[in-house]
Amino acid sequence: MTQQLASTPPPRPRRVLPPGEREQQVLDRIERARRRRPKLREERITMSHGAGGKATHTLIEAIFLDAFRNPLLEPLEDAARLQVGGATVALTTDSFVVSPLFFPGGNIGDLAVNGTVNDLAVAGATPMYLSAGFILEEGFPVADLTRIAESMRDAAAAAGVAVVTGDTKVVEKGKADGCYINTAGVGAVAAGVDLGVANARPGDKILVSGPIGDHGVTIMLARGELDIEADVESDTASLADLVAGLLGAVPGVRALRDATRGGVATILNEVAKAADVGVLISENAIPVRDQVRGAAELLGIDPLYVACEGRLVAVVDGDQAAQALAALRAHPLGAQAAIIGEVTAEPVGLVTIKTTFGGTRIVDLLVGDPLPRIC
Amino acid sequence: MRFVDEFRDADKAHALSARIAALCEPGRQYKLMEVCGGHTHTIYKHGLEDYLPESITLVHGPGCPVCVIPMGRVDDAIHLASQPDVIMTSFGDMMRVPGSNGAFFDANARGTTIKMVYSPLDSLKIAKANPGKRVVFMAIGFETTAPSTAMTVLRARAQGIENFSVFCNHVTIIPAIKAILDSPDLRLDGFIGPGHVSTVIGCRPYEFIARSYGKPVVVAGFEPLDILQSIYMLMLQLREGRSEVENQYSRVVPWDGNPVALKAIGETMELRPYFEWRGLGFISHSALKMREAYADFDAELLFEVPGVRVADPKACQCGEVLKGVLKPWECKVFGTACTPETPIGTCMVSPEGACAAYYNYGRLNRQRVPEAISIELSRP
Amino acid sequence: MCLGIPGEVIEFLPEQPDLARVNVSGVRRVINVGLLSDEPPEPGEWVLIHVGFALSKIDEAEAAAALEFLEGIGQAYEDELAALRDSQIE
Repeated sequence: MTQQLASTPPPRPRRVLPPGEREQQVLDRIERARRRRPKLREERITMSHGAGGKATHTLIEAIFLDAFRNPLLEPLEDAARLQVGGATVALTTDSFVVSPLFFPGGNIGDLAVNGTVNDLAVAGATPMYLSAGFILEEGFPVADLTRIAESMRDAAAAAGVAVVTGDTKVVEKGKADGCYINTAGVGAVAAGVDLGVANARPGDKILVSGPIGDHGVTIMLARGELDIEADVESDTASLADLVAGLLGAVPGVRALRDATRGGVATILNEVAKAADVGVLISENAIPVRDQVRGAAELLGIDPLYVACEGRLVAVVDGDQAAQALAALRAHPLGAQAAIIGEVTAEPVGLVTIKTTFGGTRIVDLLVGDPLPRIC
Repeated sequence: MRFVDEFRDADKAHALSARIAALCEPGRQYKLMEVCGGHTHTIYKHGLEDYLPESITLVHGPGCPVCVIPMGRVDDAIHLASQPDVIMTSFGDMMRVPGSNGAFFDANARGTTIKMVYSPLDSLKIAKANPGKRVVFMAIGFETTAPSTAMTVLRARAQGIENFSVFCNHVTIIPAIKAILDSPDLRLDGFIGPGHVSTVIGCRPYEFIARSYGKPVVVAGFEPLDILQSIYMLMLQLREGRSEVENQYSRVVPWDGNPVALKAIGETMELRPYFEWRGLGFISHSALKMREAYADFDAELLFEVPGVRVADPKACQCGEVLKGVLKPWECKVFGTACTPETPIGTCMVSPEGACAAYYNYGRLNRQRVPEAISIELSRP
Repeated sequence: MCLGIPGEVIEFLPEQPDLARVNVSGVRRVINVGLLSDEPPEPGEWVLIHVGFALSKIDEAEAAAALEFLEGIGQAYEDELAALRDSQIE
């Protein structure tokens, strides 16, 4: 009896059991199918195509990449990096169609400035100039337009950029939901800066700059259809300063992304696919505000897929993760920054999460928007 | 979050896991079915199978009310939505379920107005706010959700709202379980019983499973520890040779159910003589429709509904997956022709469908706790 | 048919006995408590919320009992492992 006890395994032993041979064949077949170029099957655009998930990616690859294909576009990063004269310049564009236009924490104008500034910042560029194009609905109150413009002025000042050109169109009543805005931005990329999700490699750590899901939940609640009140507000903010601080302190930053539609989960999937690596995150480590969590539980959606507008995800050389965390936390926007996971060699192309409960599961791209479920 | 976080404590899970493993008889295989789609979702979302020994297989049952809706009914709903001045309202789960000609999202792209709502009360609000429109609520769900539809109809009547109606697709759980029990393809050892359905119907309706079929049933909650504890209770019954109905979810489920809810259903709805379930075929007295006294709220009477029976695509094996005969990855089109982006069947679309759960969460090598530790652990 | 979330009842809406405001982790929603008309919940009690309706009251005693069982299992397990380890010393 003593002999047996001596060789008794420790309390929580686990054995890796491969799936049965047939199951593995199916899993392999699935992985091959996933690697094939997605085909666009729909004849008409649906809301799923706008959500930032699989449907959006398929649309972009099938229609836009196909039509415009060139090496500068191929990386499909948030901003394109261009050589102009002898300098490296980043160029990005974004359109804003949010409804409602005004919500706790900001309005469409704030998003329009911060969104484009952030796309430049995470490309490693110093944001410099923006364009602003407005599509206005007939009947839209001038007072609202003024508020929006003033918010954009303030946001631009805070971000250190100037709006230097623009455009205005008006469409008939019933179109444009009040106001749509498109902004494009240019920034200067310092020599030697080469950020991109394809740079990720096993051993790197993944950080987020603060609690996730604030913006998306705020918008869902602000639409007023759900009869839910909560003290959440949009996290819209310019990340330019935060990024500058991080890049200044930590040379080993591989990639930066701002987590907008599709949420953190979408970015992690982009990392895994672009770099052919695995990503493993820990549910316990992900910062989420209580109210965001409560609202998400009520609706049956996962905060990992909910949009932010002022949060960044950083992939950093594992040896410098602690410095990166300190650099983020030193800035007010990064006070609740956290290391949420790491890049692994396996399983290639997949994002997995260790749940608070200890089990592991996949975090895949959603097809479209996270839909509230009742089941 | 109270009443949630405590039931997600990993340390207690390890203890339960060891207990469960210890209750397995060496050499014996166990098949336990979780009926509820919500349980399937929790099992995959929290990686619960990592806590079970290899000898216990969880079989996913038909308790996913979205999954069992035949394609013909989706077509009917889209047809309803295409009528002039109709606003169709539906839970989010339904928006991507494919009919013969696309899902609700695709129908919207072609011009219908199908809005997502969180509650039938939201649908009623839309009706009040749009007096010139006819608002239809697509009611889906088992007995968990039927009371909410019923209360909404009663409220509509009390408030004199005339532009609101229900396209009723509520189904009942017992006939589905009976179909599983009578299925020759399947040999199960026990059931993880529906949780929230039981808050309405109580635990008595499951007694026939224990008495007539000799299978233990444990009504289970939805947090990971609830499910593990329920599996533990099932294994204990099996070890002790008992077959009873037990209630692990006693903090929420009253043994006698909710009489007010049952009354509301009874007042407004009645059983259809038969109803088609995707994959299970026609089952008698398994679904609800509006009573004659509430005919003015019955969308099937107010509008013409084609009611065409649409056969599942040949490649689709949802039926066998719903019955637990096939594991999701055993379906010939799983993951290749049928994916969450391009679903052929409902099991892949519904967030709690077994195929969606496995594809989205479970496609991983499994790590399992070892077989029973070779020491007799005394029971509590 | 399954998504039910526990929420704490804060208050009833004036003139609408069927409607109550509940709190879920700091998020407040108005829900219909008509299904609990036999035994309406009091502010401070917890209910299970499903598609905008309270389906059932959460029995705190039963919840405590469930947790106690889980603690017990955890503790008994630890005790036995300790006993195991001790007996190895012999």
